Amino acid sequence: MSDRKAPPLVEMRDVSVAFGGIQAVDNVTVDLYPGEVVGLLGHNGAGKSTLIKCLSGAYKMDAGEILIDGERAEIGNPRDARAYNIETIYQTLALADNLDAASNLFLGRELVTPMGFVNDAQMEAETRRIMGRLNSNFKKFKDPVKALSGGQRQSVAIARAVYFNARILIMDEPTAALGPQETEMVAELIKELKSQGIGIFLIEHDIHNVMKLCDRASVMKNGKLVGTVNVDEVTDEDILGMIILGKTPEAA
Amino acid sequence: MTEASASGTSTGRKNIFKTLEFDTRLLGMVGAFVVVCLIFNVLTDGRFLTSRNVFNLTIQTVSVAIMATGMVFVIVTRHIDLSVGSLLATCSAMMAITQTQFLPSLGFDYSNPMIAVLAIVVGLVTGALIGAFHGWLIGYLTIPAFIVTLGGLLVWRNVAWYLTTGQTIGPLNDTFQTLGGIGGTMGVTASWIFGAIAVAATCYAIWQARRARVAHEFPVKPVWAEAVLMLICSVLILGFIGMLNAYEVPSRVLERGFEARGEVMPEGYTEGYGVPYSVLLLVAVAVVMTLVAQRTRLGRYIFATGGNPDAAELSGINTRLLTVKVFAIMGTLCALAALVASARLSFHSNDIGTLDELRVIAAAVIGGTALAGGIGTIYGAILGALIMQSLQSGMAMVGVDAPFQNIVVGAVLVLAVLVDIIYRKRTGDA
Repeated sequence: MSDRKAPPLVEMRDVSVAFGGIQAVDNVTVDLYPGEVVGLLGHNGAGKSTLIKCLSGAYKMDAGEILIDGERAEIGNPRDARAYNIETIYQTLALADNLDAASNLFLGRELVTPMGFVNDAQMEAETRRIMGRLNSNFKKFKDPVKALSGGQRQSVAIARAVYFNARILIMDEPTAALGPQETEMVAELIKELKSQGIGIFLIEHDIHNVMKLCDRASVMKNGKLVGTVNVDEVTDEDILGMIILGKTPEAA
Repeated sequence: MTEASASGTSTGRKNIFKTLEFDTRLLGMVGAFVVVCLIFNVLTDGRFLTSRNVFNLTIQTVSVAIMATGMVFVIVTRHIDLSVGSLLATCSAMMAITQTQFLPSLGFDYSNPMIAVLAIVVGLVTGALIGAFHGWLIGYLTIPAFIVTLGGLLVWRNVAWYLTTGQTIGPLNDTFQTLGGIGGTMGVTASWIFGAIAVAATCYAIWQARRARVAHEFPVKPVWAEAVLMLICSVLILGFIGMLNAYEVPSRVLERGFEARGEVMPEGYTEGYGVPYSVLLLVAVAVVMTLVAQRTRLGRYIFATGGNPDAAELSGINTRLLTVKVFAIMGTLCALAALVASARLSFHSNDIGTLDELRVIAAAVIGGTALAGGIGTIYGAILGALIMQSLQSGMAMVGVDAPFQNIVVGAVLVLAVLVDIIYRKRTGDA
């Protein structure tokens, strides 16, 4: 477990978000320390994705605050989030299908020549370098990402986070679209990122992945936080109980 | 970036087109264009491919082709612009009024070349502002582009009418008219020099692209393939310029020119027209727009937004502002097209640019721009405009009745999109 003396890397305090009359996130507090993986669990519609999109800048909070390294952070859009080294890997694989891997990796942060033109050759070289490290089977550098498999596309998305030195990584069901082998690859990657001191929020449905990858798990139900537990102090049934019944286990 | 180039990473024997890394779609379009030209050439007993007709075809295409390059950006970002013909009319009216009424009333001499410059500036600003306004309505107020520009189609057509009270305004300034086509050409020598520069620039660009790939140790195609590519480009450029140069100024026009200078024309004196300035303008627009599309962040964001608007937004791209920029570019290009169109006529008429929106959209779509967004090329749109104009004027030369001309053009548009859909399915291409 990580060092708890320093302030948490991220603390989302008393966050509330409403859409119309529906309270999607209701007064939720979660935190994340460096080198830690915190699982966010709950049914579909429990509010996990909404909560985390406040951190990535895609949604605005109605109430509450976000603290990064103990200091209040204003995150109004995805650009602000990037400035805090928050990178997000979305469930829907937020890639532009018609562009190649390099264009996607550098989207919004293109390398440019002194003349101000995008430097495609340089970006492709950087992409080849980082993909060689993450997924050495990756060869399709010239094709639009539409032509790639789910795992290859996911590795592009992860490469984007790694390349830009994320400190805080948000992964929204990173293995949902993947086969077993590719899931294993992502799991290895998460462990490696963790060892580099990156804090990871992992939204995950597969309870086995949660038990294997996460240090702590925060469970949400109907927009409210049920509780946060240390994964190695509970069983998977305890966590399922939290998700389904919304009750906190005795041990936690 | 989005072209369907062969992947070049696999080894082993491949067919010649793959080695050359030709865009097969581009080849298809060029093939269609060549077939159209050849058929009309046979049907007109060789009149279609005379230098005179090629010259006319070229200057007739310029106005629509300029707007089609902008329409590529609009359609790539999943929007549409139905107002370009009307916007062209408003820009044309503004330029005509500026040069014939407003500036002379300020004491400018009617034939002063500065009048043309100022009129063009007024036109470009008008086009850019109206385009940006459309973009603001679409991007920030989230009104669908179809509705905004459908409204614009009515509004700007009738703003032009109101400005000119429906009158034809002309003749336009002499300097202004040189951008219309036959009224302003480079002459033979300058055209060849321009051709040589174009060939050199093309070869340099091909070579530079290769060097960049070599520098990063990426696979490159064999040197002979690059050489063949350079040769083909050079032959096409010089052949086109040779064709325009071969179109000779009628001797009566030349005689008048000599008489005006108080000289006598020597026996057997001839002069070719060469490249019209309007074509030069189109080439400049095409180069700039291609650079924007492929080599700038703006272009990258346009294609990314078209491919996946959510991904673009989440990547920190300001897609609303991007919409404003795209429509401002479209408006500016409408103003340039208005310049060429009114200069070619030598006056502003109330119906200028009518139905151009449909020609422009058709040109972009025939040129391979996908209405679903994310895919399209500038050269494709220009080629599309050329194919449309060839069909239209070819049928007119053959003597096809006007209703049948439009029926054929409409059918060709639908057919072209069908062929494109089948092609994409076959190749699994983006």
